[in-house]
Amino acid sequence: MGERAPDLLPESAADGRPFVGRPVQRVEDLRLLRGRGRYADDVALPGMLHAAMLRSSVAHARLRGIDASAALALPGVHAVITGADVARACGGAVPRVPLRLQPLECMEPYRQPAIVADRVRHVGEVLAVVVADSLAIAEDALERIEVDLETLPAVADWRSADSGDCLLFDGTQTNRGVTFRATRGDAAAAFASAAHVQRERFSMQRQAPVTMEARGVVAEWLADGERIVVHGAAKVPFFNRRACASMLGIDASKMDFLEGDTGGSFGARGEFYVEDFLVPFAARHLGRTIKWISDRREDLMTMAQSRESEAELEMAFAADGTILGVRGTAWCDLGAYPRTNGLIQPRNIPQFLTGPYRIAAVDIASHVLFTNKGPAGTYRAPGRFETALFCERLLERGAQALGLDPVQVRRRNLLTAADMPWHFADCSPSAPPSSGQTETDSGDYLELYERCLAEFDWVARQARQGRQPDGRYHGIGSACFIEGGAAGPRENARIELAGDGRIRLIVGSTSVGQGLETSLGQIAADALGVPMSAIDMLHGSTNLLAEGFGSYHSRSTVMGGSAIVDAAGKFKAALRELAATYLECLPEQVELAGTEARSPRGRAMSFAELARHESIGVDGSFANHHHTYAYGAACAHVAVDPRTGHVELLDYLVVEDVGRAINPLLVHGQLIGGTVQGMGGVCLEQMVYDGDGQMLTGTLADYLLPTSTDYPRIRGLTFEAYPSPINPIGAKGAGEGGTIVVGAVMVNAIAAALREFGVNPVSLPLSPSRLWETIEAARSTVK
Amino acid sequence: MKVRFTVNDKPVSAEVEPRTTLSLCLRDHLRLTGTHVGCEHGVCGACTVIIDGEAVRSCLTLAVQVEGRSITTVEGLAHGEDLSPLQASFRRHNALQCGFCTPGMLTTAHALLTEEPHADEARVREVLSGNLCRCTGYIPIVHAVLDARVAYGGPAWTGEAHAHHGDGEQR
Repeated sequence: MGERAPDLLPESAADGRPFVGRPVQRVEDLRLLRGRGRYADDVALPGMLHAAMLRSSVAHARLRGIDASAALALPGVHAVITGADVARACGGAVPRVPLRLQPLECMEPYRQPAIVADRVRHVGEVLAVVVADSLAIAEDALERIEVDLETLPAVADWRSADSGDCLLFDGTQTNRGVTFRATRGDAAAAFASAAHVQRERFSMQRQAPVTMEARGVVAEWLADGERIVVHGAAKVPFFNRRACASMLGIDASKMDFLEGDTGGSFGARGEFYVEDFLVPFAARHLGRTIKWISDRREDLMTMAQSRESEAELEMAFAADGTILGVRGTAWCDLGAYPRTNGLIQPRNIPQFLTGPYRIAAVDIASHVLFTNKGPAGTYRAPGRFETALFCERLLERGAQALGLDPVQVRRRNLLTAADMPWHFADCSPSAPPSSGQTETDSGDYLELYERCLAEFDWVARQARQGRQPDGRYHGIGSACFIEGGAAGPRENARIELAGDGRIRLIVGSTSVGQGLETSLGQIAADALGVPMSAIDMLHGSTNLLAEGFGSYHSRSTVMGGSAIVDAAGKFKAALRELAATYLECLPEQVELAGTEARSPRGRAMSFAELARHESIGVDGSFANHHHTYAYGAACAHVAVDPRTGHVELLDYLVVEDVGRAINPLLVHGQLIGGTVQGMGGVCLEQMVYDGDGQMLTGTLADYLLPTSTDYPRIRGLTFEAYPSPINPIGAKGAGEGGTIVVGAVMVNAIAAALREFGVNPVSLPLSPSRLWETIEAARSTVK
Repeated sequence: MKVRFTVNDKPVSAEVEPRTTLSLCLRDHLRLTGTHVGCEHGVCGACTVIIDGEAVRSCLTLAVQVEGRSITTVEGLAHGEDLSPLQASFRRHNALQCGFCTPGMLTTAHALLTEEPHADEARVREVLSGNLCRCTGYIPIVHAVLDARVAYGGPAWTGEAHAHHGDGEQR
């Protein structure tokens, strides 16, 4: 079963066993465990000044004026930069942040200005930048700035935005930026022939990614050559350099974006934010090196938020439980601006709602709405966490309405190897390089679901549901998912033979804390047939390669790894060519063994000796317009206390087939970590805004993350049954799967526990108070 | 004003303002950047250091408060170039991903195991609940701490380490 991916390489590591597939302990840990990492705030440069941002305290207003004279009078203050200053230096208008993904033309009027010029659209938007000798002085100066704002009514929810009563952007007729629509087959016919149609209305709360390291930028001014080096870049440094240089009106070659250690991304950290322009702008303005580090409140206000959406959906079933179609509408609250990747969640919702199921007819619209809240972007499993819950809840409720076991309905509809490749619904509009079309690569989703049920002992646990002697109610739930990965267009790698005979590997992928140096080091060592210790790896920064694409959409292992395999082949050919000259044989006769080249007659030269004669440098690349689809399933066993609304997670199992696990230790870590992160979104986390657009969750004591006591029992199993046929490694992008499925499986388990109350959880978070209210409401309905 | 104290067995002094936090003093004045600042309001625990044996939030401690005290930071947990047993256990269990919360996790766990080498899983979870991690889901961190107890004179850990691979071979 399954097709085996082409072998990574004929030669393997020095001890004869390949590194790929082994739980190699991480290279990164040696520095991170000893406090030797280099995160943005660890960068300290000579003569460095410090910046602090004056942020709007109201959500919607017209800016009438800023008086900074008292701030400028404070000793140690170098500058107070306002929107007027930025506009003056940038040809009359404040530059605006570009869209990195789905740069649709219709988004033009909605793009975010780098600093407020005339209108404030969310609490936390930057009104002025103070630069001073120390952060303390800069923060003192913030309080001396007089801002004259004419407060406007806030548009605090998508319904008021959609009414159009108050337009947020001049020159537009609507706050509805765009509508994505995904279609497949004949939905009207499918629904007309249905034996049962299940309808539900869902709502999902606003969440914050909360990387443990807040954002930060150090812009180093190099007077010699008038260059700017930006430290603290992450995720997509090459795009960010292009964006920043273009906003500054300079050539990209005048800038470098350097990647250090990154304290988490989850889709949000490392995207281009206004401070990534404002700090380099201030550095050029003053001719000085400037550091800005976000504090936690700023971070909660301004790092891309995500997930807030509502959906009205229906699923059509045949009498035997075959799902005939899905249709409906979703509304996504993107906050004030679309951000660099903010359209991904709204465009993923209609296309991926069908998940791992064979659903032939789809017609779903998804509206993008702008409001006076923090701008949204992607957050681990964008649009996928949401739709897994929508789809699985519809399936479960539809099955029950038909008198069928939801497990049987899943079995009937899950895609199998015979269905591959399965074309998802086409989604439009779509901006290049995305075509709006995508299909699965390989797998048998049903087979893995069966395995998950068996490992979880599903049948035996079914009998243990319902009321227990302690007054709590037990329930079990299951759900299935797919995970997209490996976004194109391409990735690049370079391999060099350094003067000392060591191998220097450079890759355009970036590290966001996922263990990139280890997993890509394993791939490189196998591809080159050398020990991992013979390779020095560099990655991400713009001064290393001509072009790189970074880490998003679970792409770095597949794309960066495949580029490395390509470069390694060329590097070995170049090594054979070079060695042949000195070993006096033909290149194809040269045998590469570890870090040595040998001739058929037994002569040998080490890489170090070869390097003394000539250096080698080769470039590799991997282009890809297809996505990988890892897939899996999960089961949960919960105990719910109807007296308090508290949910205890008694057991949880998530399984995923990732095609090929480069490092099982790392893949497992992603699966478990992603599950707990998603669990926070199910039970705890909610960014709360009031009717005036004020953010009420401004600390980590208000925005609750999971802690070590919350979810102790989570198990994960990784499979490699169906390698991806579309890349030389066989790997599928992974790392989001745990997050995708957790909402779906938890609502199903909680609903099963509370079945006798008739509770149907369709909105998150299921915090104890919310769940208690739902139970009470259901009870009074029953009475 | 001048403050004198000991960091990782070395006497140090720094010129600070009364409002300078210990975290800022360690990071900016003494360039010990292993101590990370994650929230500046005492919730996340990333900045935890050990002051005379006690795990303390350095973002909520003023530099002037540690006059004459002895401080251990993440940089002082290992001697020489080897990882300490606790650090090695973190690596073995993949108990870190981005590494930002790790210094606080290590100092908190080191302070706990030094006092209570027999701490059980519930106790370890309780003590670590003051430290936020967004990457690992805590499970490998708890396992790493339990597995390191033996180096502090506590019991050996008998839990299963890496039962996470569905099948040994590709099919």
